[in-house]
Amino acid sequence: MSTEPVHAHPVHPQPVHPHPVHKDYQGSKLGMWLFLFTEILLFGGLFLLYSVYRATYPLDFRAGGQHLNTFIGVANTVILLTSSLTVALAISAMQKGNRKLTMACLGITIAFALMFLVNKYIEWTGEIGRGIYPNGPALLKLPNGEKIFYGLYYCMTGLHGLHVLAGVIALSIVLDFVRRGKITGTDFIKLENVGLYWHLVDVIWIFLLPLLYLAA
Amino acid sequence: MEHAEEHGHIIPYGTLVKVWLLLLFLTAVLVFVSTVYHDLLAVPALLTITPLKAALVFFYFMHLKYEKPFFRGMVFLVLVVLIIFIGLTFADISNR
Repeated sequence: MSTEPVHAHPVHPQPVHPHPVHKDYQGSKLGMWLFLFTEILLFGGLFLLYSVYRATYPLDFRAGGQHLNTFIGVANTVILLTSSLTVALAISAMQKGNRKLTMACLGITIAFALMFLVNKYIEWTGEIGRGIYPNGPALLKLPNGEKIFYGLYYCMTGLHGLHVLAGVIALSIVLDFVRRGKITGTDFIKLENVGLYWHLVDVIWIFLLPLLYLAA
Repeated sequence: MEHAEEHGHIIPYGTLVKVWLLLLFLTAVLVFVSTVYHDLLAVPALLTITPLKAALVFFYFMHLKYEKPFFRGMVFLVLVVLIIFIGLTFADISNR
């Protein structure tokens, strides 16, 4: 290799592109959707686990659901639905080249996401305070079905909470990209893909609300 | 033309707000029905209103309505796979 002359190829020098390098937006979006499919099946597996145990212990699951804080559950649903709207608005605004509105919408979305996590913290500390945590005194006295219910409750909302946290990080990075002009009205696929992720986090919560809080 | 195809359809702000209002309305109906008519309607409401809400998010917020049919086909396929998993598992559980 090293014996080859360095100037072996300069016969046809590459012309300088007048346009930016081609980006495969469809491929980029396809990749994001493929990732979302793994997320759908991940949470789908948990939903399935929940449904099977619920069919086995209907009364215990109902009792468990009645002890959850429905108000916080519904409030968090409204928060996530609204944050989904603001992300969708941010994308439309970016497509129209309105950078300020995009940044404002993304900022509001991040604020909503943090509000969601604060509510989750209040909710969880309430339950942990009542002695409902792994090996907690109140949990150990409950019937087996209710123990499973709370186990699934903590796993599903915990995993979802981690996704919200990841969303906050991703949204913040994208907000910084918009601020620095790395995302523009003609090149906004990063914003679109983070938006797709955020909407999926919202969809998962749309299913968690009735499963855990309403129909249990 | 290629430009428009590459960068997609711009959904008007008004449409997005309408979808959001519809989502809030459906949530209100779901909560109302599940708490007031719990024994009778909680599960049927869960099985109808929740997928409807998810569909609204998928089609409008996630732009699926404006994507190439290929994307819709893929999402459909994944959901069918999930439903097959759920169906087979319940067929197993209920025959033990």
